[in-house]
Amino acid sequence: MIAVSGLTLSRGERVLFRDLSLSLAPGEAVALTGANGAGKTSLLRALAGFIRADAGSIRFGDLDPAEARARRLHWLGHLDGLKGGRRARDELTFQARWSGADADGLAAAIEVLALEPLLDLEVRQLSAGQRRRLAFARLIAAPRPIWLLDEPFAPLDARWRAALGLLLQAHLDKGGAILAAVHDPLPLPARALDLGAGR
Amino acid sequence: MRALATLFRRELALAWSGGGGPLLACGFVLCLTVLVPLAAGGDPAGLRPVAGSIAWLALALASTLSLERLFERDFEDGALDLVTLGPVSLEGVVLAKATAQWLAVGVPLAVTTPLAALTLGLSPALVPLVLLSTGIGALGFALTGALGAALALGSRRGGLLIAVVVLPLFIPPVVFGGGALERAASGLSPAPALAFLAAYVLFAAVVTPFAGAAAIRNAQG
Repeated sequence: MIAVSGLTLSRGERVLFRDLSLSLAPGEAVALTGANGAGKTSLLRALAGFIRADAGSIRFGDLDPAEARARRLHWLGHLDGLKGGRRARDELTFQARWSGADADGLAAAIEVLALEPLLDLEVRQLSAGQRRRLAFARLIAAPRPIWLLDEPFAPLDARWRAALGLLLQAHLDKGGAILAAVHDPLPLPARALDLGAGR
Repeated sequence: MRALATLFRRELALAWSGGGGPLLACGFVLCLTVLVPLAAGGDPAGLRPVAGSIAWLALALASTLSLERLFERDFEDGALDLVTLGPVSLEGVVLAKATAQWLAVGVPLAVTTPLAALTLGLSPALVPLVLLSTGIGALGFALTGALGAALALGSRRGGLLIAVVVLPLFIPPVVFGGGALERAASGLSPAPALAFLAAYVLFAAVVTPFAGAAAIRNAQG
């Protein structure tokens, strides 16, 4: 699904990593680990097309990268894109529809993530964990095969970590792929890719 | 197309919520309308010949007020990353946001401007022309303003930078819009000046999406 070859990435004068290669197959999860500043988020942002690599290639099979990113990739960064002053329902509807969800997908995401009691609240009234579930909902509502996740479980309690772990596993079982930057182990079998101690 | 409509509706809602952007801008125009006669010494007859021009100036300044929020808010909370990975190209997103900015802020300003001009002594016969020209001009301000907002993305003191970048770009529509009123007041056809104004808007509609999207991509990296 993703094949990275010879990737070199730098931020300003600082080279994060050189000649990195990585492949992500259907049904596979990769946990990106490493110290703060090692380049986990930057790698994810490069895969999402937000950062231009200094060298190397990123391929999405035979697909045009721009088309693949727009149709087949979900990005969930540590910033969730939710507006504090808007109702959770409005924000969820926008994010899900923008990602391609239909009404059935949206309803399923609301049910699976138990969001109904939160939907009439303003986003700023939600806890960090509740916001995370709200942001996660579009991944369920609008199926896309590749998930790029940056610290997906950080604000969640043990119950929701386990529940989201099951949702991630279900995504893999359906042939999806996950690349997640984490400090704690993912609650599902995943190949580890350590970016080291940072520079 | 449905996704674009979804984005457009959201932009309108955001422009009207949290601080009342259009009302603030219209209030700014009206405040300026009160201040100018006081600064000019309270002689209404002296302001009458330049009433339309002052109103155009007020429109241009008021159009810069909410530009900082156009992309900066989405940039800071991660929403810009999300829309970048959507079904509409970033160029389309820029155009949609600029158009929504015009509809949410520019149109209310274009309606307020003739009132301001009337207060300053503009002939009531020129009000329809002021409304038409400021409606077109406000679209031009929204488009070039969006370009300035994209260029200032991620910089400190972005609001000030936007004003410095876009105010020089606002000179042509102010000249053409003021010129249309001056020609009409002199009994000449305002059509040539309006045509130049429309040409400016078309040029901005072509340039802004591509230049704005490039600036956003640069800021995201």
